[in-house]
Amino acid sequence: MCLAIPGKIIEISADNPDSALVDVVSVRRRVDLGLLQDDRPQPGDWVLIHVGFAMSKISEEDALDQMQTLAALGEAEAAIQEIQGYGLGEGTGAETTQEQPLVGDKLE
Amino acid sequence: MKFVDEFREPELITKTAEEIRRLADPTRHYRFMEVCGGHTHAIYRFGLKDLLPENIELIHGPGCPVCVLPMGRIDDGLSLAMDPNVIFAAFGDMMRVPGANGSPLEYKARGMDVRIVYSPSDALKLARTNPDRHVMFFAIGFETTAPSTALTLMRARSEGIRNFSVFCNHVTIIPAIRAILDSPDMRLDAFIGPGHVSTVIGCRPYEWIVHDEHKPIVVSGFEPLDMLQSIVMLLRQLQSGEAKVENQYKRVVPWEGNRAALRAMAEVFQLRPYFEWRGLGFISQSALRIRDEYAEWDTERRFQVPGVRVTDPKAAQCGEVLKGVLKPHQCKLFGRECTPEHPIGALMVSSEGSCAAYYNYEHRKAATASVLSSTA
Repeated sequence: MCLAIPGKIIEISADNPDSALVDVVSVRRRVDLGLLQDDRPQPGDWVLIHVGFAMSKISEEDALDQMQTLAALGEAEAAIQEIQGYGLGEGTGAETTQEQPLVGDKLE
Repeated sequence: MKFVDEFREPELITKTAEEIRRLADPTRHYRFMEVCGGHTHAIYRFGLKDLLPENIELIHGPGCPVCVLPMGRIDDGLSLAMDPNVIFAAFGDMMRVPGANGSPLEYKARGMDVRIVYSPSDALKLARTNPDRHVMFFAIGFETTAPSTALTLMRARSEGIRNFSVFCNHVTIIPAIRAILDSPDMRLDAFIGPGHVSTVIGCRPYEWIVHDEHKPIVVSGFEPLDMLQSIVMLLRQLQSGEAKVENQYKRVVPWEGNRAALRAMAEVFQLRPYFEWRGLGFISQSALRIRDEYAEWDTERRFQVPGVRVTDPKAAQCGEVLKGVLKPHQCKLFGRECTPEHPIGALMVSSEGSCAAYYNYEHRKAATASVLSSTA
């Protein structure tokens, strides 16, 4: 439940400083930076992500360790699924249309 | 048993395990509670018990939000899903959790509009894209998750999105720890503190455990080495007669927590006078409700919520297991009536619940071993 997923900030949205594109093991998704407004991450920084929100900045080394921990816990797949599930684009879906599977879709 | 060399830094793990054996007084029995369900899962997954001396007992704490949610709250939330105008949105963790009349997934099978979201923001997005329907987000989680719900509500309000509400089941960890310590049949020596909750609340909120109860607490990471190091830190404190709050997970947890997250929580939520915890009963000031300023986005004020109360079967001994009085397999229902496929009690519901973790790793392992030995 308290899954914390490491991701690298690729780009911060020009019109919304709380919206960033992050890379999590090659999957790119929007996450919300609103909870890091006191210490804003920059492109290239690593963050821990929980339910679509960046919770804390971490070092690259710790980010890679964290991914290994998730793998060892058998939760790497859940983490990827979660990241793929984020549909946090503002409705245009421009950056997520292709690979966005489940969010908001009815469960089958 | 996992092999140590499958872990990162196996030599360091072996050394740390040796250090634990050296520090543990063989004439004492130690009872350490890991508060967080993520730790419980990791302990079983990594087989950490096999690395500890027998006189160190790990007691699994209340830190699994799915497990401690009273069944009636699920029924309350799902009762609104009967309205064809309502979209019921919740995290995947909730989907198989049974209410008295079925789980969200079963409601879905009956034709209700139930959807998985991975983020509260996605629930808000559903409201934006379905302006003629009402989206209710079934919010669960400790302080790790509550700030994200808070920020989502702040955005709903600032954008004036009115077809969105939150059914708030957020709980706070400190009152649950206090309730466990106040319980007369509870004997604990120290705590392994939750990692990701502490990212938000920091380490200060644990200081009363040290001052009032004189018990050590070490906020810990989730890797095998993290947890073993935390146990070393606890043993060192106990050996020197000290009780301090220490932070083993400094690489992620700042001592002061995340102030922006705490501000968002304070803006949107206030403490409920009391809230029921499955397995623990009513605990005062242990959960969050939505402030008056956000009443319009509060499911419980916007709709008639029936206020269902479902008592767990008497035979289920979740409370005793939660307080560490019983081990999961000592409950009468464990592995028979109550399994992860058909959970009866709270702790069997989520993979982070101690009964489910015990069942998935220890019970199945034992069952496999007995099958193998009987066929050998």
